Amino acid sequence: MPAEQLKCKECGRTYPLKALFVCEYCFGPLEVAYDYDKIRRRATKERISNGPPSLWRYADFLPVERRPEIDLQAGYTPLIKADRLAAELGLKKVWVKNDTANPTHSFKDRVVAVALQRARELGFDVVACASTGNLANSVAAHAAASGTEAFVFVPANLEIQKIIATAVYGVNVVKVRGNYDDVNRLCTEIASEKNWAFVNVNVRPYYAEGSKTLAYETAEQLDWRAPDRVVVPVASGSLLTKIHKGFWELGEVGLIRRKTPVVCGAQAEGCGPVATAFQQGQEHIKPVKPNTIAKSLAIGNPADGIFALEVARKTGGLIDSVTEQEIVDGIKLLAETTGIFTETAGGVTTAVLAKLAAAGKIYPTDEVVLYITGDGLKTLDAVAGTLSTYEIDPTLSEFETQVLAENSGGGNKVV
Amino acid sequence: MSVKVRIPSQLRQLTGGEGVVECKAGPVSDIIKELEGQHSGIAERLLENGELRRFINIYINGEDIRFEDGLATQAADGSEVSVVPAVAGG
Repeated sequence: MPAEQLKCKECGRTYPLKALFVCEYCFGPLEVAYDYDKIRRRATKERISNGPPSLWRYADFLPVERRPEIDLQAGYTPLIKADRLAAELGLKKVWVKNDTANPTHSFKDRVVAVALQRARELGFDVVACASTGNLANSVAAHAAASGTEAFVFVPANLEIQKIIATAVYGVNVVKVRGNYDDVNRLCTEIASEKNWAFVNVNVRPYYAEGSKTLAYETAEQLDWRAPDRVVVPVASGSLLTKIHKGFWELGEVGLIRRKTPVVCGAQAEGCGPVATAFQQGQEHIKPVKPNTIAKSLAIGNPADGIFALEVARKTGGLIDSVTEQEIVDGIKLLAETTGIFTETAGGVTTAVLAKLAAAGKIYPTDEVVLYITGDGLKTLDAVAGTLSTYEIDPTLSEFETQVLAENSGGGNKVV
Repeated sequence: MSVKVRIPSQLRQLTGGEGVVECKAGPVSDIIKELEGQHSGIAERLLENGELRRFINIYINGEDIRFEDGLATQAADGSEVSVVPAVAGG
């Protein structure tokens, strides 16, 4: 495979392609390093377009020896032209990368597909994860598909939809009385004791690379070019840095003109440590205790936050945050103008795009890609109580007096 | 008057493979000095210019010391001190 070694992002020390995730010297995160000449020779546009309609069409760019035999076919999700959303925001060209269209309805299927394949290649027979929900769903589904034993650790207060959509796959679900940062710490400690593949701990360098496919697909769907600007949700900061890396790599191997988009990150004010550091010009991230409805973004101590800051700064982008009300408004705006129902993280992303557009921070002619990473059916509570329906007796007169007469797009009953 | 310090796998070659080391109760900075006394080389792996390295988290009974008084945070008798590499999640 074109992956050569693991390399510390802090001090540059290198390691073999094993289940390692932090530098043994400085504890910096390890990242997969590639031989780009090798990728350049193999990964032609023709080879990619003849590949499977899943993220595995980009296998040449991923740290695995081969494609999995049993697989849920994650990725290759639609890139939707969102003219009505653009018009609403006073912009010209907005695209939505609709990653709700994945097997378990979030972008986590991309990272899990890569992590589980690499875990198999490294000889693990138990997989595990710490999760805010989407990752739990995905690990459980992929483990069930391949018949692998799995342990999934989630905060006990997680949305019930996400717990049910994990337990249904018959895996071990462990509800931990604490927030995500507590769950993550516990899993990091367990990973020191058990020989399990924790997808976002000890096989994390491989896992994180799966997010790059969001950039590859976007470029391919735009007929091999990068957009001017991307807006990406920020939890740990990993997704944002990997989308940037994906566009950079395509330029490096000559599949697109060398250009990386302006990268903008989106957080909730109730958990916005990276946005705060950006606004205050800080190099370090000050951890916070999360308090937001956007639970899939509720990481108070984001380990890749400093790298997300670097990417936003060097591409001329920014990282901004929005209020809880703006998140709900963002969910509705996206649904009403594009037909895509997103979970709270997408509400955050849409709301940040709206905020930047309203503040004149985006050129109206910029081509913008909005990354929608999870499905609204997983966070129904976020919008419950804010929508209206009509409720009537089954008579024509009720229909005429209650629905047609009112006819204001409203209703007589809140849901 | 002692605390249990949990050592992550990445540092266990310095502790002879031990995952738990007993130290005297007190501020975290003193605990790190005692760890260094018992297992030479460990302090420079945890600290850089006298500060905790940015990819290391230390917890006392599950509470991140960065939310308390940092290296001056007191670990009381019987508490559990965990040294944990920072890991991004999702």
